[in-house]
Amino acid sequence: MPDLTTIDRDVRQFLADNFILDNGGADLGADESLTQAGVLDSMGVLELIMFVEQRFGVSIPDEDTLPENLDSVARIVAYIGRRLAQGA
Amino acid sequence: MTDAFGPHVLHLADPEAAIEAITDGMRREVRAFRRKGGVLGLSGGIDSTVVAALAARAFGPGNVLGVLMPETDSSEDTLRLSALAASSAGITTVLEEITPILDAVGCYRRRDEAFKRVIPSFGPGWKAKIVLPSVVESESFRLFSVVALSPDGRTFKERLPLEDYLQVVAATNFKQRTRKMLEYYHADRLNYCVLGTPNRLEYDQGFFVKNGDGAADVKPIAHLYKSQVYQLAEALGVPEEIRSRPPTTDTYSMPQSQEEFYFSLPYDKMDLCLYAVDHGVNAGEVAGSLGLTPEQVERVFKDIAGKRRVSAYLHAAPRLVVEGEMGA
Repeated sequence: MPDLTTIDRDVRQFLADNFILDNGGADLGADESLTQAGVLDSMGVLELIMFVEQRFGVSIPDEDTLPENLDSVARIVAYIGRRLAQGA
Repeated sequence: MTDAFGPHVLHLADPEAAIEAITDGMRREVRAFRRKGGVLGLSGGIDSTVVAALAARAFGPGNVLGVLMPETDSSEDTLRLSALAASSAGITTVLEEITPILDAVGCYRRRDEAFKRVIPSFGPGWKAKIVLPSVVESESFRLFSVVALSPDGRTFKERLPLEDYLQVVAATNFKQRTRKMLEYYHADRLNYCVLGTPNRLEYDQGFFVKNGDGAADVKPIAHLYKSQVYQLAEALGVPEEIRSRPPTTDTYSMPQSQEEFYFSLPYDKMDLCLYAVDHGVNAGEVAGSLGLTPEQVERVFKDIAGKRRVSAYLHAAPRLVVEGEMGA
């Protein structure tokens, strides 16, 4: 199971690759809202869900598609870590 | 005493003066393009009917052509109401049945392939639409689902993964782009302009297909809230049957409201939220007027801001990436 540092690195890399972020996404604050930063829209959320499912084997049910789980790097990393710990 | 905020803020004090200003502007812009009339697609909805009536006043009914473009998924009353819209404006129409074109480019096949990947039993005789969850009832991101009705009456609902969602939208966009292609055919043939029919809500929030119904030479009502379009419709004598028809997308084989497909709320409430965002009215004040909580109105405000970000691409003309000349 990947540790939180690895998850963080992979999430940032995904965001940088998919949303054309400068500097490989390193400038993105961990708690910065991805929707307010213009990184994620509803289509971007679908891309993120697909990435999380394919990379970490974590399926995201409708009731979890909430900003508190997906609207910053820190929230995404914490969500994936939580679900992996639960044996998702 | 008038409340500080409510539907009255959108009320046009003098609809006749508004009509005069719009028709003057239509004549000015069409003249500037050196064209001599207008072509528009008629859907039987309020917006295209109002634009038809405005165009008839601006150019004279003899210089306006309404194009009726039903296809296999159009609702049963689309054609009849489109014809009613044309006759009430006194304009000529031409019928262009677009199902064969859409068949030839694979619109239905490509769309149904994507539906079938999500609902494997989907096939001939099924009906379907795509829907969004309510922004008012949940904080979740708004992700599309497909709702499908089998021939024996069973209903299925599944979230659309990215690839399937994109394919469904890309395939159905053939409809709006095919219609626009035909409108331009007739505009070029007659030396007319193509008249776009978006209202302010649609124009601002990107409720249109780029190079499809978003394309036009002149957009006569894009500055008007939908509530104001209804007000003009009454002043223009638009038939009651069209004025009382609930807004619909008329794009999928199952009936689909505009709230299911795009907007957070019915148009009259969306109008007020859009007005509030643009005039700095706070969510608490709006909530009282709409019967919502301030938290729900905040979510609608965020949805409006998000759609504005997305619609920037839809509005954008092709961009040059280097200014000036390049050379030795």
